[in-house]
Amino acid sequence: MRFFSTSFFRGLIAQAAGTVLGMGLVMALRVIFGLPLSSPVEADDAHIREIIVVGGVIVGAITFMIGAGVFTDWFKWARGEETSDDHTPDPSKPNWMRYFSVDFDHKVIGVQYGVTSLLLLLFGGIFAMLFRIELSGSGITFLNSEIFKVLLGYDGPHLYNTLMSLHGIVMIAGILLGVGAMSNYLVPMLIGANDMAFPRLNAFAFWINVPGAAILLSSLFFGGFDTGWVGYPPLSLRAPLGMQMFLIGVYLVGLSSIAGSINVIVTTLTMRAKGMSMFRMPIFCWAALATALLQFTATQLIGLSFQLVMLERLLGMTFFDSLKGGDPVLYQHLFWFYSHPAVYVFILPGLGVISELLPVFSRKPLYGTRWVALSSFGIAVVSFFVWAHHMFVSGMSPFLRIPFMYSTLLVAVPTGVKFFSWAATLWQGKIIFKTPMLFALGAVVIFLLGGVTGPPLATIATDLHLHDTWFVVGHFHDTMFGGFIFPFVAAIFYWFPKMTGRMYNEKQGKIQFWLMFIGFMLMSNLQLVLGLLGMRRRVVDFDAALGFDTMQLALTIGGFMVFFGMLLFAYNIIRSWTKGEVAEGNVWDSRSPEWQKPNPMPLHNYEHPFEVVGEPYDYGLPNSRYVNMNPAGESPAAH
Amino acid sequence: MIHLLIVGVLVVVATLGLGLLLTQTGILPAQASQQAITIDWLFDIHFWFIAFFVALICVIIVYSLIVFRRKQGEKGDGVYMHGNQRLEIIWTIVPIGIVLWMAVIGGQTLSDVERRDPQAITVDVFASQWSWRFQYEVTTAEGVQTAVASDVLVLPRNQQALLRLHSQDVIHSFYVPEFRVKQDILPGGEKYVRELRITPNTNGTYTVQCAEICGQGHYSMLAEVQVVDGAEFTSWLTEQAADCNLSDAECGLRWAETFGCLGCHSLDGTAKIGPTWLGLFGHAVELTDGSTVTADHNYLLTSIVDPNAQIVAGYQPNVMPQNFDELLSEEQINQIVAFIESLGN
Repeated sequence: MRFFSTSFFRGLIAQAAGTVLGMGLVMALRVIFGLPLSSPVEADDAHIREIIVVGGVIVGAITFMIGAGVFTDWFKWARGEETSDDHTPDPSKPNWMRYFSVDFDHKVIGVQYGVTSLLLLLFGGIFAMLFRIELSGSGITFLNSEIFKVLLGYDGPHLYNTLMSLHGIVMIAGILLGVGAMSNYLVPMLIGANDMAFPRLNAFAFWINVPGAAILLSSLFFGGFDTGWVGYPPLSLRAPLGMQMFLIGVYLVGLSSIAGSINVIVTTLTMRAKGMSMFRMPIFCWAALATALLQFTATQLIGLSFQLVMLERLLGMTFFDSLKGGDPVLYQHLFWFYSHPAVYVFILPGLGVISELLPVFSRKPLYGTRWVALSSFGIAVVSFFVWAHHMFVSGMSPFLRIPFMYSTLLVAVPTGVKFFSWAATLWQGKIIFKTPMLFALGAVVIFLLGGVTGPPLATIATDLHLHDTWFVVGHFHDTMFGGFIFPFVAAIFYWFPKMTGRMYNEKQGKIQFWLMFIGFMLMSNLQLVLGLLGMRRRVVDFDAALGFDTMQLALTIGGFMVFFGMLLFAYNIIRSWTKGEVAEGNVWDSRSPEWQKPNPMPLHNYEHPFEVVGEPYDYGLPNSRYVNMNPAGESPAAH
Repeated sequence: MIHLLIVGVLVVVATLGLGLLLTQTGILPAQASQQAITIDWLFDIHFWFIAFFVALICVIIVYSLIVFRRKQGEKGDGVYMHGNQRLEIIWTIVPIGIVLWMAVIGGQTLSDVERRDPQAITVDVFASQWSWRFQYEVTTAEGVQTAVASDVLVLPRNQQALLRLHSQDVIHSFYVPEFRVKQDILPGGEKYVRELRITPNTNGTYTVQCAEICGQGHYSMLAEVQVVDGAEFTSWLTEQAADCNLSDAECGLRWAETFGCLGCHSLDGTAKIGPTWLGLFGHAVELTDGSTVTADHNYLLTSIVDPNAQIVAGYQPNVMPQNFDELLSEEQINQIVAFIESLGN
């Protein structure tokens, strides 16, 4: 029954109450201003309902945060009360409760992010499997089954559109949380800090995702939406109420991105251990810093564009509806100004993980460390000047497409540096095939496919054929699996002993790798080929005469292999968390400071600050080390 | 050194194999336009670069994994080499050169693809949820300027067609894979009309697909394209320009096809996005407000010009366009009603 006293549970109760309260508030305001609460005309009635529900949902999100206790310390400060900076957990409560409560320890927050991320990835995966069944052949009408109509009130093509749209955006939310998980858990540990710079802001950044994700998923029960994850108006102005849940949910997740990025930037810039110059900072922290700068400067634009659609729907302000004087292409500029850099937010931390793992498991220095570090920044900078390559056929000014083609192709250069460095790192190493290494290697190969399928989309003439086909779907899945999913799985396996003090199951890990790697190769290469053959994306059915049936069936099989691989992963980590073999000491023989500490990582990381005395990845250089854990010359026995 | 030599040979072999696989196995649709020839030329260049880079990186990785793996019982680290400034500069500068060259030829192919032919014939394309209509300007035998509408896009071979793209509701996209080009279609009147130029070069039947998601009927937003000889095109156009001199019901069917009615209303009793027309006339219809009306002449007329007035139970409002009284003449609407009446029993 202790569960009922956790922040998580109290927050959800407060959210439910707040939603009802908010709806009542909007209705009361309407009555005060003499506005009707219902209308005999169906369309007007739906509009009034939308205003009331949206008001309620926004209030609900705020009351979640209050109910969960995220604001408690800040309220105390506002009243002039002191709060303690010591946030050692209450020993009278069991340890698991920390993970369901507002906690300021970056490691707990990292795990909270990670678990929430995996849950969202699971939902996104289930949505995908549902529409993969529908797409496994032409003429299949699985989504017309009675059960969907009974559960959701709609079925068929609209249900397909909703699942397809939700798959995209829920996965993106899951990925953003996974990025948060990696940077929160790893950054302070790798740079020798005991926590993030602003622990309360950090907790806020995590917890705002919970109502955000709940609202996003609820769109399934509010009539869904049929716009894809991009939400282009005017279609998004006409979609059902579920559209608003999508807009609000993503808005809250975006707020988390901005708040979280401030922490990462300040922490990496000001809290590094003694002797850790920028170029001696681990590559992952470089990647996390570049990511945070992108999140901090670009996320506002998606918030803005979604807010404008929200206002246009609620209040009839005409921003984007060209039939009433707005401009639909403007939305696409605002949207992609974030959503292109966002792609690099998804992949840069993953590429950082690859760069961390390859040296450890090849027993060799990361080749050209400085170049790899700077290439993350190169990618981040260029990513701000390429957004319009998503709009080559949108009807924007035709001449502007040319500079965007140049800038887009330039992305290949820093990305190429990473590939060459990784290949050179493996060369003449002593490669060890543990599960994290397998996933890192798989990520390199998959991300390579994502990389080389980029240029045909960047040159405008070939994009005229490929735009909005399955080729784009394949390219994007390559970048997401190579840049996020595989590295994320690798990172969880690699730091699992640090998190839990136990080892994952190596055999299951390897089975999972081959299941996912083969399944994914099947899936993404078929997506690419279907796109080249001219199959457009986001369709619930296709003509049998096109001859795509066999390929679509194989694609579904590949998709399910990936899905089952992830289920095996969940089983492996849940079981190993309590039953795994106890992992002691420096499991991977790593030079990194966190592995010089016991497993799991002690509560406040480093009770004595360490000093950096060498390069992070100098494996193979005799008598060298990266950190001196006892700079004062004290003997370890003194502790 | 011997390692590098073996890897070099393997990279060449893998590049050739992969390149031939990509360029020779037909992973692009048939070519049916001048633009497709230019675009496919650029595709082939891309395919060879893809083959080379995939081969290069994969061969090095796979070779390393086999040759440089840590053997059973082996301890110790790999060869200590932390980097090489000259090599880094080379693999930064060379790719910059390659991508700049790609961008230059990318620009050249684009200008080829979009080259304007002043002799192009103009077709106005009207996209709406979820149908296509194609409109041609013609001068009849009597010298009268008139517009011909069709639900099939007929184009003469070897002549550039200038498609002027109009949308009546949301964003759509015009895409024929065999022509290789696409263009989004924006709503909002003349200011938002976008153009697409295609020079078909092979006779045949193809399909226009809407490539931008546009709602629940997106997947079925298709239309037929016919590429025919110039002479055949002229005679088809003349035939279309003639007034409809069939019976009212037969003319009604023609308008129903042309103006996209049949995208949502079936003629065989199946329920699509709108109610079927088969057996509709003269029968009782239940509405969303619970009342029941008989589908008589006036009901059908109202349902066409003011579709939101009476919504049949089980269907959504605001789905059907509300501007048919502007698009169609009174005579055409009456002929459609006559056609629906003919399906009454």
